[in-house]
Amino acid sequence: MAIDYQTHEYDVLVVGAGGAGLRAAIEAANAGVRVGVICKSLLGKAHTVMAEGGVAAAMANVDERDNWRVHFSDTMRGGQYLNNPRMAELHAKEAPDRVRELEAWGAVFDRTEDGRILQRNFGGHRYPRLAHVGDRTGLEMIRVLQDHAVHLGMTFHMECTVVDLLKDGDRVAGAFAYDRERGRFMVLKAKAVVLATGGIGRGFKITSNSWEYTADGQALAYRAGAELMDMEFVQFHPTGMVWPPSVRGILVTEGVRGEGGVLKNSKGERFMFNDIPDLYKNQTADNEEEGWRYVLGDRNARRPPELLTRDHVARCIMREIKEGRGSPHGGVFLDIAWIKSRVSGGAEHIKRKLPSMYHQFKELAGIDITEEPMEIGPTTHYMMGGIRVDADTQMARVPGLFAAGECAAGLHGANRLGGNSLSDLLVFGKRAGEFAAIFARERGDAKVHESQVEEAARRALAPLERQAATGSEGPFQVQQSLQDTMQSLVGIVRTEAEMAHAVEEIGKLRERAAKVAAYGNREYNAGWHTALDLENLLTISEAIARSALDRKESRGAHFREDYPNKDPEFGKLNTILERGADGSMKLRREQLPPMAEELAKVIEEMK
Amino acid sequence: MPPVTFNIWRGGAEGGEFKEYRTEVTEGMVVLDAVHQIQAESANDLAVRWNCKAGKCGSCSAEINGKPRLMCMTRMSDLPVNQPVRIEPMQAFPSIKDLVTDVSWNFEVKKRLKRFKPRKPDAPDGSWRFAQADTDRVQEFRKCIECFLCQDVCHVLRDHHKHEEFIGPRFFVYSAALEMHPLDEEDRLEDLKRANGIGYCNITKCCTKVCPEHITITDNAIIPLKERVVDRFYDPVRMLLRVIGG
Repeated sequence: MAIDYQTHEYDVLVVGAGGAGLRAAIEAANAGVRVGVICKSLLGKAHTVMAEGGVAAAMANVDERDNWRVHFSDTMRGGQYLNNPRMAELHAKEAPDRVRELEAWGAVFDRTEDGRILQRNFGGHRYPRLAHVGDRTGLEMIRVLQDHAVHLGMTFHMECTVVDLLKDGDRVAGAFAYDRERGRFMVLKAKAVVLATGGIGRGFKITSNSWEYTADGQALAYRAGAELMDMEFVQFHPTGMVWPPSVRGILVTEGVRGEGGVLKNSKGERFMFNDIPDLYKNQTADNEEEGWRYVLGDRNARRPPELLTRDHVARCIMREIKEGRGSPHGGVFLDIAWIKSRVSGGAEHIKRKLPSMYHQFKELAGIDITEEPMEIGPTTHYMMGGIRVDADTQMARVPGLFAAGECAAGLHGANRLGGNSLSDLLVFGKRAGEFAAIFARERGDAKVHESQVEEAARRALAPLERQAATGSEGPFQVQQSLQDTMQSLVGIVRTEAEMAHAVEEIGKLRERAAKVAAYGNREYNAGWHTALDLENLLTISEAIARSALDRKESRGAHFREDYPNKDPEFGKLNTILERGADGSMKLRREQLPPMAEELAKVIEEMK
Repeated sequence: MPPVTFNIWRGGAEGGEFKEYRTEVTEGMVVLDAVHQIQAESANDLAVRWNCKAGKCGSCSAEINGKPRLMCMTRMSDLPVNQPVRIEPMQAFPSIKDLVTDVSWNFEVKKRLKRFKPRKPDAPDGSWRFAQADTDRVQEFRKCIECFLCQDVCHVLRDHHKHEEFIGPRFFVYSAALEMHPLDEEDRLEDLKRANGIGYCNITKCCTKVCPEHITITDNAIIPLKERVVDRFYDPVRMLLRVIGG
């Protein structure tokens, strides 16, 4: 079959234009290689824009006791020690420079009294560590990266989707893609490819993620021969909106709690005081007064239990709801209005600290958060697992294939701390771009094989060709069934039977997906796009379910009702997945990478 | 609640027409929800651009009952649903398909504007010192989510098509953010006057009215920039006016 396509040639191709992709592209362009960036949306719309609370970096501007060691050990503790220690080390050491660099590119952060970058408290971080600007840090970051990148001579392919990676022998050779506007095919030939495609939220019914987060990068890498790791660890953010139904899942920043917001059940109890994990007992306030003093910046006060890690807070909220102490619409209450009794000009203070939250609730729910509590509940937010990469270079098992940001695994272990995703994408976005450029320079051209192009094109066109067939259904119905399955069977609380059932259901959905038809033509056709996304979502949903089934313990974001405790044996293992020669998913457990002695010592000291 | 009728523009660059759809509206729904429901139920190939669904990314701009708005921030309960709800793409930009328009001109414009140029760092570690008040001053401009609704409604672009000579409200806000940036040292006044056509704006404030982020575009961004341009290039006139006016 003769395929009609356009060819573009780059040294480094970056897939995704959120924070990680843009940071990688900037680094590669600065290294002097030809860079192409392909993204599914317009520039500046990627999910980084939604990040609210801030970027974690141990700059010690607010509390001079902070340093990379504390940040490193906080990250490891938050991840329940499944993190790759080398990545956690690099992240903690390099984040401050990456943040300062943003300022040099034009970012404007909130300031301390003496004019430095202000840092705020966040869950799991021992000291105020999140550089921020109000509650729209992500917008500031993506805009600065975008505006900086466009002047560096790279090419952007906006509103284009990658169908498959192309390979030349073992190494990556580029990508096959289509433009969403007209449905025209393109071959993006590249010596190195950086995947920076973000998360998997669209596999679940209640999510803070937009349509884009269909696990593309993870699935592309998996099909191309890379390994996936820690896929059982899906972060359910404790505070998403629950009412009205159409906004269910939209994120409510942890910054609300950082500014003094408290969680209450229908009886008015601050239930977070009832369950403080041993690992955090020393660092957590046991009374309301101390918690409030912490919010005010009292350095001798311990943090309020609302700022415990996200996995724990989400589970406590679920318990309140399950045991009948929830709010009218199936959540619990998050109250920031109460601080008016403690802060002069309280309403204005709330609006200044949390402007976009004020706006979001006012316009979408008709609620004034300076007057009333919010109703919130857990929402699928972030994938800790992902493409397994080398800690220093971010290269996957496939030579020339790099991954950074949410689609890569390693830094966050079993649970990510708030604020560590923005620093993750800066630190490892930069590294991926740097090493991809080096790889491209050293290795030279890769060859694109026409047979792979044809195969990818055939796969891409199949749903459109099925529109004449009988017995086909639309893609949206299958996607909804998958979301229902994952939400109810592989959600916050998991059991053996339910997950085994999920694996079975995913198999059936695969059969339905193989018959899905897209109606209409190739131009800006959401049905066609959704049909193609299904393959990726199904693969990664299966990866999540299989990994979660295999980990017979509860740790971090992975909670099993049938194994409610941590198992020290599983605490030594990562879950690794790869595609077998027969196309089936192969799972194995692997010992954690060894930790450098120096790092082990740091953890011991910080306990 | 009975189903609501929607008239949605379907078509592309070659033309199109309004098509009628009916769908159930439930509590709290926004226009984007209704459009998605219609897409899933009866128009799988309906083209609509969206991302965050929370008013933060600025993707789902359209004209609803003739008003430029974000579909995700327009609640159904605020519209008269006893008559058809009319949804069409932004009119100031070329149509791609259905509700999606070609906004690439905006990205081209931004690329040719002078970029951020910071003063020398204040501290040996390469960082700067400035006050929270300086951050607060530019916050309003930096809130912009690039939905381009202000560009859509600006008559200089919409009716007079001055795309070659005029950068539009979005990029005056952008210019103001840079001009008033606490660290920036670049001079953009010459460009604002000549290449960027700030003189074309006759401060009708339509842009301010449609901004979903409530940025006071005209008063806080455009007028101060106009004043700076006037100060630089037309000072003798002001002197003359002062003499005449006593």
